Amino acid sequence: MKKLITLVIAIGFIIPTIGQQTPGPKQTEAITIEGATAHLGNGEVIESSLIMFEDGKITFVGDSKMRIARKGKVIDATGKHVYPGFIAPAKTLGLVEIDAVRASNDEDEIGDFIPHVRSLIAYNAESKVVESMRPNGVLIAQIAPTGGRISGTSSIVQFDAWNWEDAAIKVDDGVHLNWPSTFKQGRWWAGEDPGYHPNKDYSDQIEEVTSFFKNAAAYGKSTPKEVNPAYAAMQGIFDGTQKLYVHADDEKQIIDAINTLKSNGAKDVVLIGGYHAYKIPEFLKSNNIPVLVQYTHNLPVFDDDDYDLPYKLPKLLVDAGLLVGIQNSDAENFQTRNLPFYAGQAAQQGLDKEIAVQLLTGNTAKILGIDDLYGTLENGKSATLFISEGDALEMSGNQLTHVFIDGRLVSLETHQTELWKRYMGKYEGK
Amino acid sequence: MKKLFFALYLLGCGTFLTAQDYFPENAGVKVNNNNYTAFTNAKIFVTPTQIIEKGTLLIQHGKVVSASNSVNLPKNAVVIDLQGKSIYPSFIDVYSKFGVEQAKKKPGRGRSTEYEPSREGYYWNDHIMPETKAIEKFTYDDKEAKVLREAGFGVVNSHLQDGIARGTGVLIALNGNGTNANRILDDRSAQYFSLTRSIAKGQSYPGSLMGTLALLRQMYSDADWYAKGNATTTDLSLEALNANKDLVQIFEAKDKSHDLRADKIGDANGIQYTILGGGNEFERIEEIKATNAKYILPLNFPDAYDVSNPYAVGYVSLQDMRYWNQAPSNPKVLAENGIQFSLTTHDLKSPAKFKEKLMKAIEYGLSSTKALEALTTVPAQILGKSNEIGSLKSGSIANFLITSGDVFDKETTLYENWVQGAKSVVNSMDAKDIRGDYNLTVQGKTYDVSITGEISKPAIVVKQDTTKLSSKIAYDANWVTMSFATDKGEKTYRMIGAVTKTSDNLTGRLVLPDGTESQFTATKSKSFTKKEDEKNKSNEGVKIMPVTFPNVGYGFAAKPKAENTLFKNATVWTSEEAGNLENTDVLVKNGKIVKIGKDLSAGGATVIDATGKHLTAGIIDEHSHIAALAVNEAGQNSSAEVKMEDVVDPEHMGIYHSLAGGVTSLQLLHGSANPIGGRSAILKLKWGEEADGLIYENSPKFIKFALGENVKQSNWGSYSRFPQTRMGVEQMYMNYFQRAKEYDTKKKNGEPYRYDEEMEVLAEIINGERFISCHSYVQSEINMMMKVAEHFGFRINTFTHILEGYKVADKMVEHGVGAGTFSDWWAYKFEVNDAIPYNAAIMQKQGVVTAINSDDREMIRRLNQEAAKTIKYGGMSELEAWKMVTINPAKLLHLDNRVGSIKEGKDADLVLWSGSPLSIYSKAEKTMIEGVTYFDLETDKKNRETIKKERNELVTMMLKEKSGGKKTQGPKQSVKRDFTCESL
Repeated sequence: MKKLITLVIAIGFIIPTIGQQTPGPKQTEAITIEGATAHLGNGEVIESSLIMFEDGKITFVGDSKMRIARKGKVIDATGKHVYPGFIAPAKTLGLVEIDAVRASNDEDEIGDFIPHVRSLIAYNAESKVVESMRPNGVLIAQIAPTGGRISGTSSIVQFDAWNWEDAAIKVDDGVHLNWPSTFKQGRWWAGEDPGYHPNKDYSDQIEEVTSFFKNAAAYGKSTPKEVNPAYAAMQGIFDGTQKLYVHADDEKQIIDAINTLKSNGAKDVVLIGGYHAYKIPEFLKSNNIPVLVQYTHNLPVFDDDDYDLPYKLPKLLVDAGLLVGIQNSDAENFQTRNLPFYAGQAAQQGLDKEIAVQLLTGNTAKILGIDDLYGTLENGKSATLFISEGDALEMSGNQLTHVFIDGRLVSLETHQTELWKRYMGKYEGK
Repeated sequence: MKKLFFALYLLGCGTFLTAQDYFPENAGVKVNNNNYTAFTNAKIFVTPTQIIEKGTLLIQHGKVVSASNSVNLPKNAVVIDLQGKSIYPSFIDVYSKFGVEQAKKKPGRGRSTEYEPSREGYYWNDHIMPETKAIEKFTYDDKEAKVLREAGFGVVNSHLQDGIARGTGVLIALNGNGTNANRILDDRSAQYFSLTRSIAKGQSYPGSLMGTLALLRQMYSDADWYAKGNATTTDLSLEALNANKDLVQIFEAKDKSHDLRADKIGDANGIQYTILGGGNEFERIEEIKATNAKYILPLNFPDAYDVSNPYAVGYVSLQDMRYWNQAPSNPKVLAENGIQFSLTTHDLKSPAKFKEKLMKAIEYGLSSTKALEALTTVPAQILGKSNEIGSLKSGSIANFLITSGDVFDKETTLYENWVQGAKSVVNSMDAKDIRGDYNLTVQGKTYDVSITGEISKPAIVVKQDTTKLSSKIAYDANWVTMSFATDKGEKTYRMIGAVTKTSDNLTGRLVLPDGTESQFTATKSKSFTKKEDEKNKSNEGVKIMPVTFPNVGYGFAAKPKAENTLFKNATVWTSEEAGNLENTDVLVKNGKIVKIGKDLSAGGATVIDATGKHLTAGIIDEHSHIAALAVNEAGQNSSAEVKMEDVVDPEHMGIYHSLAGGVTSLQLLHGSANPIGGRSAILKLKWGEEADGLIYENSPKFIKFALGENVKQSNWGSYSRFPQTRMGVEQMYMNYFQRAKEYDTKKKNGEPYRYDEEMEVLAEIINGERFISCHSYVQSEINMMMKVAEHFGFRINTFTHILEGYKVADKMVEHGVGAGTFSDWWAYKFEVNDAIPYNAAIMQKQGVVTAINSDDREMIRRLNQEAAKTIKYGGMSELEAWKMVTINPAKLLHLDNRVGSIKEGKDADLVLWSGSPLSIYSKAEKTMIEGVTYFDLETDKKNRETIKKERNELVTMMLKEKSGGKKTQGPKQSVKRDFTCESL
């Protein structure tokens, strides 16, 4: 820790107190990072790189051998690694603080078709769970409501802000739809067989979705006398300004979902989950569907599945030529800081490490529609990046020294590091 | 008609009047029927192996007088000629609920849990009801009896199927003409037990399988204590239990591993139960045989899954597909292994299904002699009534079947089922066999008619040239009704005719499609013969998949054996002082690590080139709930009497998945629903062994304790159970340990005491013989727990979870307690608000023996990665980080002299990794326990192919089953619940 403070002082930033969640000040001076292995987030890597940024935007990305002037403060990152900020799709970070404390939970509103319910205004930019993402390199997330058939509308935020308004980098980016299940689990606590049986209501439930889409589309074509907020909130799905995120896992679900949604006017559909997506890559490709694949640290869903099927899903989909990102919407929020290790696990299965990085950065930004500014280390993009002592996809290598969001130097302190220091101080008499 | 009825009436009455001969008679004159009935020229199965061809069965007064070749018929014998027919003893079902009013589910339990018993003067637990007498709930129901008689049954043993101790049964002859006075053969026929709570009672304990087993143990111990006159109060349950000791003891276990559990309880109490099996005994036949129990087997073979939808097939596991294929072989396998069993209609939708299922068992290899024994002599023997029922020896009750032939043949007709000498007709014996081929001419056209099936329930095929027409036949009281339709069903021809003894042709009224009436004649061209070759073909057609160990996907074809192995040239992570050894060999012999060094000679051992690879000790998880059938006994706030060893599930896929992640040992902990939980099972993940084979030999003794939100029941709406606060938790411990101390003192002083398993366990803790692994979160409770222990003079062994351990690490060192914690979990409930991922590193640095554990079925697969997180959070060295999942948990479990490191003399529990075990890029390639390779990456790859192939084969078989018109069930995915601490 000492080392970090020394470093920070050495390069001229003075953070008065290591305040929890105090957002970094706007970038006023150019910064140069020299000598690091730069993982660009687009599948490329520069072994010894030179990266410069000013006013929150990247102005140069190239080889450190480039003989050009180093602007502003120079950080010598020789032997270290630079990455674009990792992006977490479909999370409820900031919507719930402590899972078991109902009063702290704002993730699931009543109602089955409620696209008008918006996550952004409930997002707690000062959440202790949110700040704990940053020391692991997770700097951006899509915050999405959960539950029901259409859960609501998500927004995309960065993790260093005074409030939700400042945090937002894309407001109301998309609507989240949970596709009906083909199989349903019995309620063991009610004495039912806990196994999965075919969902008898499946076609009725699809019919409900279809009917909702048709009504919303018809509503949009008229000049309504009375506002219907749910239908109104769907219009971006039809004109392509918002994405439709459909959560589906099994083969039949995926095919039904894509066919139904496409034929009912959804322009831009993203598949979230996709446990069986590897079985139908051609279908997904021909429909131009990107996949935010179910997270890798999951159990195989079926006993006869390969034990490592969840580990290798990302690779299977990448190999099939799909646009893939990694998400962990099913996991508890605190687990989102482990996103880098999911990519590492995918690399363990033979996925190229730079592609693995891409599944947390460039690809995810593209899928979420924020690739104009985020996701890769490229000229003109936001300086949202971090420096790690080692390979950030490895537990032992993921040791961050600097985090920048939109060019602002972000504190790496958290509620957790403070307690750590406090008690180490107790024992070591400091 | 009237006349006939009268005659039948007399005959019927005559058979039972004797039983009530001292009753006054006011409806007429008092008579006795002393006539004999003789059944002549029959093939008589006196027993399944004593068969008389062309014999005579003589009965009188409802009993068999004789069955022999030459009987001098008494003059007053009514003779019935059974030329060409067979007589069998009628069947007996030992496990029935016939006529006994069954328990009704207690309506809505409401929000508050019932901890207290609802009864007074009986045992302290409502689910123990040995005082129940089935006879008191018995009402004869002839409608039900008729169904049973039609399935061939003459006697059933019935009881109230509710609760753990269920009381006595009642043995009933299904005599529709008698009264309870003679049809009740025994009103105290057996004593029944099960593993299932009463549905009529609401008392919360036991709430789990392990609680049930503990309760049974305590019940027997209390009964013994009561019998010795130690109780000061009356307990009608224990009195009944003791009084019923002399009866046959029947245990409803209903699963191969439950069979073993039940037998173990019996062994401990000097009782040999007869066990109601589950139908899957064939999967563990060796262990089943070793119980020496007699079994009662259900024939509830599952229907094939409907796999016609390829998407849905994925939901059906290989295990379930295979079970469909293998289950009908269960009786055969037991018979082959010399295990005595009877068969039951229990768990069939209706006894009417019985024959079909039995035929299937026979088709799958059960011999008809064994089948007959299982329905006659064996159940009679189980009930201790061999002299009265189950055979046609002289003096037996006259319960028998008259059939057209082999009782287990598909085409055989059951004519009559006589019970206590009273006839009941199932199919008329007078019905003429009309089966055969006929030529039928109608309006100048000739049709080929073929009648097959059972004599009384024939089937018909009508063909015009080669075209099969839709057709129907009914045959009743010697009238045959037939119809067929031509012109794609447009034109229907209907016929009805009386069957006469004099002609083999069928003639009678014909109604043409236009309504015109005329006559028909169908001329018989060929008599019915059974197609022998078809029968043989179907026998060959049965393919039974081989059983694997365990009998699920990824099971072994045969239990794997230890191999002597030399790992050559590995990077060896010793987890010892020696640290990491480069380019080093490790020699494994007879399940032990015998040598570590350079250039070792194999000496016959299999050599594995480990160049570039890393060899470590197997990972040990201090806190797991995989491979369990239950996790919490939440019915009481203390459950020290329960044992996780009782509920180990050796077939859980979590075992295989954990092996694939390099885990070899774990502590299977009770959950955290109560301050004093249950005793642990410490396991080696020996995939393929039976439950007991997984448990450590000379296992260290552990028990789970728990603190905080879970034991206070903070996160579910319960407000009635003590304790509701951390203050109450302390008082509960103080009280329990004080009582245990007093109990132990009494015991040690030789004073009389009532054996209490719970107190025994707590006394073990005080005496330092059993160790506590205590679920804990916040510093206040951690400190409290240590103080309670110190007050009673013992030491807490391990704090598990212990997410605020870093706040009191100094006090923990002083107390001498170790820690098993999560790497980075937090934020899931209020008490983990101050949980930090630096916890493990801080505690370790202060000198607390610290392990990283999982408490999670998924995370256990990646404990190597979780250990690596301590490098990121808190800067542990690689060597120290690795110890967190190997030698440190071994120390916490008192197993460090056996496992946890690579050291000469220790168990060869080893993992070969593709790279550094702490790297996310490394895979476990081989996981070995005591020299046996339980996981191997290459074998795993092959298994994937085998599974695909076997699934495909079974799917094809099931598709055939469906297209053959057999009943199928919808696809489904069986699920075993995944447990965590909090699962109820």
